[in-house]
Amino acid sequence: MIDNLDQIFVLLQHWLVSFLPASWQGAASVLINAAAIVCVFPALFAVAVWLERKGLGRMQNRLGPNRVGPYGLLQPIADGIKSLTKEDIVPLSADTAVHFLAPVLLVVTAFMGFAVLPMGRNMVLVDLDAGLLFYFAMGASTELAVFMAGWSSRNKYSLLGAMRAVAQMISYEVVLLLSSVVVVMMAGSLSLTKIVEAQNHYTWGIPHWYIFTPWGLAGFVMYAIAATAETNRSPFDLPEGESELVAGYHTEYSGFKFALFFLGEYVAMLSISGLGTTLFLGGWSAPFSFLTWVPSWIWFFSKLMLSIFVFIWMRGTLPRLRQDQLMNFAWKFVLPMCLLNLMVAAVWRFMGDGWLRWFVCSAILLVAYVGVGLTELRKKHIGPRSYRYAE
Amino acid sequence: MLGEGILKGMAETAKNFFGSYFSADRLTTVEYPEQRIAPFEAARVFPFLVYDAKNPPDAADWEAGMRCVACQICEKECPPKCIYIEKSTDRKPDALGKPQFYPARFDIDISVCMSCQICVEVCPFEAIKMDTEFELSTGDRFGGLLLDRKQLAKSNEYYHQIHLNEANAVDARLAAEKAKAEAKTKAAVAAKAPSIAAATAGEGA
Amino acid sequence: MSLVFYIITALTVAGGLASMVLKNTVHCALALTVAFAGLALFFLNLDAQFAGFVQILVYIGAVAILVVFAILLTKGSETPKGGVFSRTWLAGLAVAAAVFAVLGWAILHTAPMLPGASPAPTATVLQIGQALIGRYVLPLEIVAVLLTAALIGAVIVAMHEKEGTK
Repeated sequence: MIDNLDQIFVLLQHWLVSFLPASWQGAASVLINAAAIVCVFPALFAVAVWLERKGLGRMQNRLGPNRVGPYGLLQPIADGIKSLTKEDIVPLSADTAVHFLAPVLLVVTAFMGFAVLPMGRNMVLVDLDAGLLFYFAMGASTELAVFMAGWSSRNKYSLLGAMRAVAQMISYEVVLLLSSVVVVMMAGSLSLTKIVEAQNHYTWGIPHWYIFTPWGLAGFVMYAIAATAETNRSPFDLPEGESELVAGYHTEYSGFKFALFFLGEYVAMLSISGLGTTLFLGGWSAPFSFLTWVPSWIWFFSKLMLSIFVFIWMRGTLPRLRQDQLMNFAWKFVLPMCLLNLMVAAVWRFMGDGWLRWFVCSAILLVAYVGVGLTELRKKHIGPRSYRYAE
Repeated sequence: MLGEGILKGMAETAKNFFGSYFSADRLTTVEYPEQRIAPFEAARVFPFLVYDAKNPPDAADWEAGMRCVACQICEKECPPKCIYIEKSTDRKPDALGKPQFYPARFDIDISVCMSCQICVEVCPFEAIKMDTEFELSTGDRFGGLLLDRKQLAKSNEYYHQIHLNEANAVDARLAAEKAKAEAKTKAAVAAKAPSIAAATAGEGA
Repeated sequence: MSLVFYIITALTVAGGLASMVLKNTVHCALALTVAFAGLALFFLNLDAQFAGFVQILVYIGAVAILVVFAILLTKGSETPKGGVFSRTWLAGLAVAAAVFAVLGWAILHTAPMLPGASPAPTATVLQIGQALIGRYVLPLEIVAVLLTAALIGAVIVAMHEKEGTK
């Protein structure tokens, strides 16, 4: 019975597919799975939007929206209706084809990432051997969509905002990949299902999630920083904060296209949190061995919503980073720590079991963190301002 | 530089988030318009004209008891010139009994008024004070935002309700002035006819 | 040759043609991106998962963006006033036809020499990794040194610009 509850969606899919002739069953099962993803994650997007507005409000000593439905639960629906019925203004000199395709490309690549996330036991859309690589390939295509949006608006400020966004995304893409490579190294496979299965063992009731190891914790922190920067969330939301101040890459978009950008951003947030839970937090495995009777998909989605809450929490706490500050941070601090993390993970692997490796690895990481933190990132002495003029 | 500031900040926001369900000082908003915060003593929005109601109060009190004597000082001192006064041609007795002009027309354009309170500061007769009413939106952008003297006239009791300390101080000042004026007239009358005063005082006693 | 192969072919050829024919340079770059995507789909069709995803990651995620930045930072983004086609297009056509003929002959000539109809070797990521670290470690290290040299060169060129203007 518990197993049935755990596999309820898989059984439901098999039952639905059994109505069709055998030759169509393969394609139909894939279509049903894809349709389920396309229905579930926008619903989670609505929940995330509601959670963000109420949560951010409470953190800022105010109530969030509470007029539309009880506790404002129907607010995302109201927002959706608003964005559908607003006039779609396209600038006269804008490049119509590229202007139209940019939000489409963004949303498509954001949704493609869900194809390889294991959302429960046996609940992956496609179990690819190089699943992680597929995910990052889709993430890289997102940058192109951002650039297309900024360029096609024929607006200098949009273009500048898009260039900054692309520069930020490329820098943090490197960090994202390197912090995931540690997990691949230790799990021995690029397939996300195998990574989750490698974390699904329990010692004294505590699972072998990678976040409970020194290199895993460091990797998770760096992954979280890179994920926040990749999805243009606070404190790295200069590209989208600019649209409140001056302009950003989605200034010239209104109505449903803007809603698509918004959807794309939140879906990317959900998908990158999903990847983070798969890599570091054990995916669908339960946190204690006596809790394994709870269905696996409940654990996955709880961890996902917890990550979303942490994103919202960071947004409510931190001010925005300037462009040069965030680039400095990525290249001068996080990237060297990522490379060091790789070496520490190798040391961990080759030291063999025991408490000594915990001590050595934690010591190396802490010394490096404190050392680099105190030397590289201290307040620089600000001298008289120097100007550099364009040629 | 090691991220402890971020952790402290996150602790504070978490305290805000969870505290907002329990304590009122972590959730300082009220759900307007169902709930309102009581206005402060020193709150001010737009001016109003004070009138003294008779006891028992009368419907025509607002015109008869208005303290404004149309001296036009506030009109001249107003920086954006939002006050328009037309003096009357006749006079009526004021609180001290002296016949004074009164404003036949006293208009304030609240779309121009910037609530600087200069008119209140310069008024020698404590006739114009600051109101706290702010729900003045109307569909008529021009006429609806031009308040005439009937709309501006509010009683001294209302003034006590909105600015208690200030109203008490104003009342004390006016009573002192009245007492001083009465003492002066009594002294003048006594100086002019001491025998008549002595005779009436003797008869009365 | 299956239907999927023809669809991917159509996509790739259309992308390549569009990147030649379109007037706006940035449109050409985006059409080239479509051609890259078509190539990636070819790799995936042949079950070379690693090559396909790395193609998307590197070509679309990095090279296409590099091309577009290069176009934007120079004057290439404005539509050229005199047409895009050169006057010596006949000579170009002749050279292109000659190259195509040579390549076609080479491919068709070697086709009978391949072992016929054997199952395609599956190159899993594990095998690729083992080959890179085992047999091909020297080329890997040389490529790494080359990339490091390129990075350092880029930093030096950018830094020199800053020193030059101060």
